[in-house]
Amino acid sequence: METVSNHISLAEKPDGYEGTGFFATSLDKVVGLARKNSIWPLPFATSCCGIEFMATMGAHYDLARFGSERLSFSPRQADLLMVMGTIAKKMGPVLKQVYEQMAEPRWVLSVGACASSGGIFDTYSVLQGIDRIIPVDVYVPGCPPRPEQIIDGVMKIQHLVENESLRRRDSAEYKAMLNKYGIE
Amino acid sequence: MNNPAIQYLPIGLMFIVALGFVGTTMILTHWLGPKRKTKIKLDAFECGIEAQGNARLPFNIKYFLVAILFVLFDVEVIFMYPWAVNFKELGVAGFVEMILFIGFLLIGFFYLLKKGALKWEE
Repeated sequence: METVSNHISLAEKPDGYEGTGFFATSLDKVVGLARKNSIWPLPFATSCCGIEFMATMGAHYDLARFGSERLSFSPRQADLLMVMGTIAKKMGPVLKQVYEQMAEPRWVLSVGACASSGGIFDTYSVLQGIDRIIPVDVYVPGCPPRPEQIIDGVMKIQHLVENESLRRRDSAEYKAMLNKYGIE
Repeated sequence: MNNPAIQYLPIGLMFIVALGFVGTTMILTHWLGPKRKTKIKLDAFECGIEAQGNARLPFNIKYFLVAILFVLFDVEVIFMYPWAVNFKELGVAGFVEMILFIGFLLIGFFYLLKKGALKWEE
């Protein structure tokens, strides 16, 4: 990290070919770097993990440091769907539609035991993990997880975002994966 | 080059370049950008719940009347801010002027009350 002052650091530049007055690298890396540091999350908070998320967004933990201060409450501009809390089976279709209405590329972070596996709610009314209806990129364990854990999850998402090929969303594998969930 | 019309040529060129740049980038980004359109994605976003009916319904004209009246009296209050800041300098004359101003608006208010502009049940 190149240090500008004690409190501000710049992102590392990707590998590339450099000379006097120019820098050349692949588009994948530049786009990855830009996307990684400007992820707009859509908080889908249904219970206590949402409270932890509020702490994560607050001044102390400050998710804005990762370029994610701009929450999007419409799926149209969101990059990252953060599912925090118990998803009842009645909520399932709502969650799925929110995911389907997000523009590609889109990522999903499943925060907490309930969203990831149903958690302690091993009952008829609770979805046993959101990965039954939508694909999940990163799972954050905990009941509820601490803000540090949520930040760790977001950083893992950042890693995925940075290294994702620009053509991944057009690949047959990706489409097959979506079709498995019944998503067009 | 002495013709004044020719001297405006660079400005004309600048306009063409500016419009051309905007137009080209907009067309190019729409054309080049990868996108996947599905029916569900293009549906109206109603917090994940299926949209019911059409949003383009005829509204009661009274909504617009009330909205205009709101704006009118809202702007009236905005006028009061600079008056309140300069209240001491304006003195009694300013106070009387404001009373007159509010008085005229009150007359208008009573007029629209009598006209039944705020009556909903009809």
